[in-house]
Amino acid sequence: MRPKETYNDQIVRLFLLAAAVWGIIGMAIGVFVAAEMVWPSINMGIPWLSFSRLRPDHTFGVIFAFGGSALIGTCYYIVQRTGHVRLAHTALANFTFYGWQLGCVLAMVTMPLGITQSKEYAEPEWFIDIAVAVVWVSFGVVFFSTVARRRIRHIYVSNWYYGALIIAVGLLHIVNNIALPASLFKSYPVYSGTVDAMVQWWYGHNAVAFFLTAGFLGMMYYFVPRQAQQPLWSYRFSIVNFWALISIYMWAGPHHLMYTALPDWVQSIGMAFSLILIMPSWGSAANGLLTFNGSWHLLKEDPAAKFMVMSLVFYAGSTLEGSMMAIKTVNSLSHYTEWTVAHVHFGSLGWVAMITIGSLYAMAPRALGQPAMHSRKGMELHFWLHTTGVLLYIFSMWIAGVTQGLMWRATGADGALLYPFIDSLIAIKGLYAVRWFAGVIILIGMIVMAWNLWHTAAAARAHLIKPIPVPIPEPEEKQVPAPLPAYG
Amino acid sequence: MGRLRRGFRYFEAIEKNALLLGGLIVIAISFGGLSEIVPLFMQAQAVGPPPGVKPYDPLRLAGRDIYVREGCYLCHSQMIRALRAETQRYGPYSVASESVYDRPFQWGSKRTGPDLARIGGKYSDDWQRLHLLDPRAFVPESNMPAYTWLESATVDGKEVALRMRTLRTLGDPYTDADIEGAPKAVADKTELDALVAFLQGLGVANVPPKERAQ
Repeated sequence: MRPKETYNDQIVRLFLLAAAVWGIIGMAIGVFVAAEMVWPSINMGIPWLSFSRLRPDHTFGVIFAFGGSALIGTCYYIVQRTGHVRLAHTALANFTFYGWQLGCVLAMVTMPLGITQSKEYAEPEWFIDIAVAVVWVSFGVVFFSTVARRRIRHIYVSNWYYGALIIAVGLLHIVNNIALPASLFKSYPVYSGTVDAMVQWWYGHNAVAFFLTAGFLGMMYYFVPRQAQQPLWSYRFSIVNFWALISIYMWAGPHHLMYTALPDWVQSIGMAFSLILIMPSWGSAANGLLTFNGSWHLLKEDPAAKFMVMSLVFYAGSTLEGSMMAIKTVNSLSHYTEWTVAHVHFGSLGWVAMITIGSLYAMAPRALGQPAMHSRKGMELHFWLHTTGVLLYIFSMWIAGVTQGLMWRATGADGALLYPFIDSLIAIKGLYAVRWFAGVIILIGMIVMAWNLWHTAAAARAHLIKPIPVPIPEPEEKQVPAPLPAYG
Repeated sequence: MGRLRRGFRYFEAIEKNALLLGGLIVIAISFGGLSEIVPLFMQAQAVGPPPGVKPYDPLRLAGRDIYVREGCYLCHSQMIRALRAETQRYGPYSVASESVYDRPFQWGSKRTGPDLARIGGKYSDDWQRLHLLDPRAFVPESNMPAYTWLESATVDGKEVALRMRTLRTLGDPYTDADIEGAPKAVADKTELDALVAFLQGLGVANVPPKERAQ
């Protein structure tokens, strides 16, 4: 008889903690840079507090530090439970934690100091890129070794998405960051001009596709059935969507470069594939939502389920919007405006943050050996703060974006432009203040979450000193993927 | 239905084999990048930089690196789209050959401020200097940060030469004389001088004569 093994939840707890901390840091920086757009002098002449130096810290902080920690943490949680096996290579898994955090700290410190490649969403310089690549490959080794050791023959669909995330992001990160260092703090990319633009947006768009979509869909496919206490609405549909999503997404990058100096045929392909993309996107959203059939009463009882349902609605909304914005005619209005910013936050605050928060609320008590989160009221409050904040944010930036787009192209009867550029800024200044306020509300919600997690963990420490290790159940003969009960 | 079910049985092989799954993921994600990026590479190789377009001189290169360092691309694009309202406001639309020496490209994705692709020569050097130091002195409603620290920092000539050598390795046609002359070309120049020189060259120095004539 094999010795009784337990799940490695220590590493999951570490990533959970990191995600909560980075979430607050990243969003706090976001609130600060949003304030700078209204009150531009609040950096007080300090270079590293200026908007242009700090904005990459906001995007990197929320995408890679917060999102990345949440993704790796949930991935380790899910791959163990769907395979009925302990995480492989404990030491290497610990290395991925400390390595990832070190990479994030290095990036967050160097970028405001002006050590940056200034390629959007790939700002950190070459030495950080190498460190991140090493950690990412280690993450892949831990994940695929665990999958290889699994005791259930079937590989659950969440792991497909996590696998695609690991392979695709590794490839994108390495190809986009190939650069020749001139010194420790400065490098030049091997690509220039148009080629650099294409490689960058192939990366930039697919960072969204695989980091912010595929990875979080993996999270969704595990935690939604579990929280709904229902099997996935259609397992086969999830697999069809998987292949469609990963193969089509890779073509859609050029929609970031409409009407630019990029060859026209590439723009047209990008637009066509962006439109097709609506099908797998809505497929996944529908699959998640329909899983709640028969469990809709949970919306009254369970704030975590509420976060998940809302995130799927936002996912469907933002992917539809994304496809529409990829239509060249629409893009000619929306590009370069705040509409893009609204779209990004529609997806990131609505979909990514809410599925993460819902999953954290579902996972945290289990990983901490508690029956439930410390405060249900706290979760409720967080839900309403977050939802209000997101809606206020995207509506203010939609209005701002359309205003800008229309003012930039407005011409009088004589064909001359009607507005000087500064008029379009004056017109939306008030909306920048609304956006800042929306950010404050969202940040308060995150602090409520941190408080709640802290107390959930504190109770675990007080009662048990150490959370109970969860024993791994023996797999049954011909086990089909079925959700585990939500509690117990 | 029977045929579909049989097909699904073959599919089960993928669901139970991590190696096969991983391999197929690699294939599925490769097509998009290969078909969109590889032709551009081949085109860039075949065409090369057009006549008249020269790599950045030392001072402008230093200025460009400051533009990159400060993250100006987050609020200013350098890409005039082929749309009437854009060409009316900013000048002739940008063409690919104008950015062959741009590492990284700085086309941008957001205009909190106006496009800068053809800003060169639109304002005087003095206007650019004072505007960078205190944007709201000229445009009271502007929300651009004040870049006061550029005035006191000087450009390091040796570093510029080193960077030019790196760029030459990547294929930019700098001569030995260009690189050796770099420290002299940027001697006693502040970062503000360099950035202003870069901005004043935008859309002017790098436009091939044919486009410039339009």
